[in-house]
Amino acid sequence: MKLAYWMYAGPAHIGTLRIASSFRNVHAIMHAPLGDDYFNVMRSMLERERDFTPVTASIVDRHVLARGSQEKVINNINRKDEEQRPDLIVLTPTCTSSILQEDLQNFVDRASINSVSDVILADVNHYRVNELQAADRTLEQIVRHCLDKARNQNGLNCSVTDKPSANIIGTSTLGFHNQHDCRELKRLLQDLGIVVNQVVPEGGSLKELKDLPRAWFNIIPYREIGLMTAILLEKEYGMPYISTTPMGILDTADFIRQIEIHMNAWNFLLPNGSVHYKPYIENQTKFVSQAAWFSRSIDCQNLAGKEAVVFGDATHAASITKILVKEMGIHVSCSGTYCKHDTKWFIEQVQGLCDEVLITEDHTEVGDTIACIQPFAIFGTQMERHIGKRLDIPSGVISSPVHIQNFPLGYRPFLGYEGTNQIADLVYNSFTLGMEDHLLDVFGGHDTKEVITKMLSTDTDLDWTAESQSELNKIPGFVRGRVKRNTEIFAKQNNITKITVDVMYAAKEKLSQ
Amino acid sequence: MKTLETLTFECETGNYHTFCPISCVAWLYQKIEDSFFLVVGTKTCGYFLQNALGVMIFAEPRYAMAELEEGDISAQLNDQEELGRICRQIKRDRDPSVIIWIGTCTTEIIKMDLEGIGPKLEKELGLPIIVARANGLDYAFTQGEDTVLAAMTHRCPEYQSKKDEQQQYPVENIDKPDVILSKLSGSISKAIEHQSHDHILVLFGSLPSTVASQLNSELERQSIRVSGWLPSQRYTELPSLGKGVYVCGVNPFLSRTATTLMRRRKCQLIGAPFPIGPDGTRAWIEKICSVFNIEPYGLEERENKIWKGLRDYLEIVTGKSIFFMGDNLLEISLARFLIRCGMIVYEIGIPYMDKRYQAAELSLLQDTCIKMNKPMPRIVEKPDNYNQMQRMHELRPDLAITGMAHANPLEARGIDTKWSVEFTFAQIHGFINSKDVLELVTRPLRRNTDLGALGWNNLSKQALTT
Repeated sequence: MKLAYWMYAGPAHIGTLRIASSFRNVHAIMHAPLGDDYFNVMRSMLERERDFTPVTASIVDRHVLARGSQEKVINNINRKDEEQRPDLIVLTPTCTSSILQEDLQNFVDRASINSVSDVILADVNHYRVNELQAADRTLEQIVRHCLDKARNQNGLNCSVTDKPSANIIGTSTLGFHNQHDCRELKRLLQDLGIVVNQVVPEGGSLKELKDLPRAWFNIIPYREIGLMTAILLEKEYGMPYISTTPMGILDTADFIRQIEIHMNAWNFLLPNGSVHYKPYIENQTKFVSQAAWFSRSIDCQNLAGKEAVVFGDATHAASITKILVKEMGIHVSCSGTYCKHDTKWFIEQVQGLCDEVLITEDHTEVGDTIACIQPFAIFGTQMERHIGKRLDIPSGVISSPVHIQNFPLGYRPFLGYEGTNQIADLVYNSFTLGMEDHLLDVFGGHDTKEVITKMLSTDTDLDWTAESQSELNKIPGFVRGRVKRNTEIFAKQNNITKITVDVMYAAKEKLSQ
Repeated sequence: MKTLETLTFECETGNYHTFCPISCVAWLYQKIEDSFFLVVGTKTCGYFLQNALGVMIFAEPRYAMAELEEGDISAQLNDQEELGRICRQIKRDRDPSVIIWIGTCTTEIIKMDLEGIGPKLEKELGLPIIVARANGLDYAFTQGEDTVLAAMTHRCPEYQSKKDEQQQYPVENIDKPDVILSKLSGSISKAIEHQSHDHILVLFGSLPSTVASQLNSELERQSIRVSGWLPSQRYTELPSLGKGVYVCGVNPFLSRTATTLMRRRKCQLIGAPFPIGPDGTRAWIEKICSVFNIEPYGLEERENKIWKGLRDYLEIVTGKSIFFMGDNLLEISLARFLIRCGMIVYEIGIPYMDKRYQAAELSLLQDTCIKMNKPMPRIVEKPDNYNQMQRMHELRPDLAITGMAHANPLEARGIDTKWSVEFTFAQIHGFINSKDVLELVTRPLRRNTDLGALGWNNLSKQALTT
């Protein structure tokens, strides 16, 4: 047992659901008790989804506990099959079904007999893997399922496309800025003369997955989701992949250079022979992206040597650490990740770039580390943002877990050349705000303070009794001021000088008439 | 849709979206100031709490997870030792007056004997430990509070004789109405003439303290003194219970608590409609008065005055139709109030319907339909969200009261929605707060009057039913 207030990565089934609901026309059925379909709320609220989340539950209740699910799961699968005819139904185990140890595979086999849709059981164990690992695994499982099926039906065409093409693997629903990143990647590939063969799972269609092997190579923008699929495709279909995340100027250049190698492997197919991306990289770096110029500008000089702490998932924390250190000259005191399963890779990436590497899932440990270091800025998840608030240290959010404000409507990629601009803004804004705050402290705040207080004075000659004052304090902060004002207006109108609890109620009542 | 003569009850598949009952810690830990809630469950429970409660999590909440690991599930670790270790840590760091263990689906399935371990650790730690099984196998959303309050009922001190009681609960606890105020509203003066009478009344249901004291003063106007609330603001202030104590519920989802109060603590239950909306509040007060043989004073005028204040809202809602998908058990009371406001209710989805505990509320609903000449709604217990979508597609209600999982998709298909969760957290009880209910109900309607002319009603490429 572990005393826990907060967690970075969600439970395994969330990962499976993220993959399943990213595809078009795939339905997930959770084997779970009432209330476990909270995923639907997150998707509908955070992503502001217009469509119903294709996730339902086969409810585990007392009866199931006593007698087993029996026909219930099968009926639910077949019912969904008839209602919506999805291409695939993914039966998703939860922590509850892990303990019940019902033979879910058997349910899947039996349900498949009568259903038009394909049915699979997500092969994830709640107690062994987290959200990200489960997502990685489920994506591989679905891709494998579709390719095997196509191969068995002799429907697999593995010949590469005439025009150079690539798959983007790993952008999914509820992923941090995934949609924007995907758009930016497509733009980048277009610049390089490469067609996007498929994007999975987000927006992908299972009927088209059989054409996945026709791409020249695969792109895995995020380490957490997609790597297993890439390895599968490499092993069984000989497809090379690029797992460098094109985040920051240096890594984006590296990413493009790797593409060049894969392209030139097929140079006899290219209309103009081998490609040379060096001029493109140079032009983008120097003149299109603002980030390289920004780090030369005198603004960025002020940031040199300033201390920062970075924490997040492995991909984002590692990339941001590299950007801060190599591209902006910022001193990263501590860089860390909650992706414990990827410790080795992460340490390799940030080794030599920071004073300390922190691998933990415990947010209090992160908080304590930050409190000890007292950096000028923090780059982390929503949790680190709150730690920063408490410690009065500015922060920028660079990784999941995130909240609704990190699903912006505007175009905010982290990848590619536009991504470098966005990151530069994020870093710069965090630091200047911090500096401004610091300067205010040094000079004792704004000198206009007194004048402003007079203008905004709320002092009245009314007397609040101790009870009414404490009653007032119980009212949530964001409306307290208004309640206070309305009560005082009411009191004045009625020539009351002493404000009791009853006066407060009477004022509210009066107001509602 | 055909008009029904009487209330009909149906039961569907139970495939509906609702919050897990462990969410009750969100409001209960704030209500009971010296408590600590420990949810004994898995990452799934933790993830739900952390996402559902959003910002609250960052404000040093007085709740946490005892997260079960593989060793706990396979019984390689000793439950009592593990819980003891965690509770000692909580006692050391937070020093609460009570720790409330929330049992979850997992503790049910692995049959962790929380009720057995609790008393042992309680002795060892010198700290009360209450066990409530608020799990998704048995309950929905607000029923979580019901399980906690039912468990807490056992911890209330025994009610002694009348004399003792008055010493225990001096009258000063209750705010004396201000003299100036009584002149203002002109209604309290009579209450002051009355002497406090002998009946002991305890109200149950967790309400924000402002709302609780508003209801206290409503009853005070009828010279009925509320001697305590379950739950109280602090665990150490739980009310005395026993034979001769009258109890009355303020929320429709408290049937287990009501049963426990009657059967285990021998209290007398006052079955009344719930004080939601001016009609409900009046009926609630009248019922309490009638039990205590008190002639209600000035209630009708008071109700009318409140209705008059709601005029602007009524103009918006009158004649509009509404569909409750059902997820928090407030549905019957809200529907009854909204029918009285002139709305047409097509369907009342509800997770669980206790016809005995809600008897008075159901009969008020029926009377209201007749009085307002509105069709009787169908009451659908354990609804099936998919079927409900089909019905909504057909009925095209003006407003759907629904969970957050369906709200955005419905909006995108041109159906106005209000999140049902807000009714759980907003102040909706008593005369004073009637306006707040309508404020919530009319918000989507008002918003869409403003945006209506833009003609962007259908923003999804899918149809309603898929």
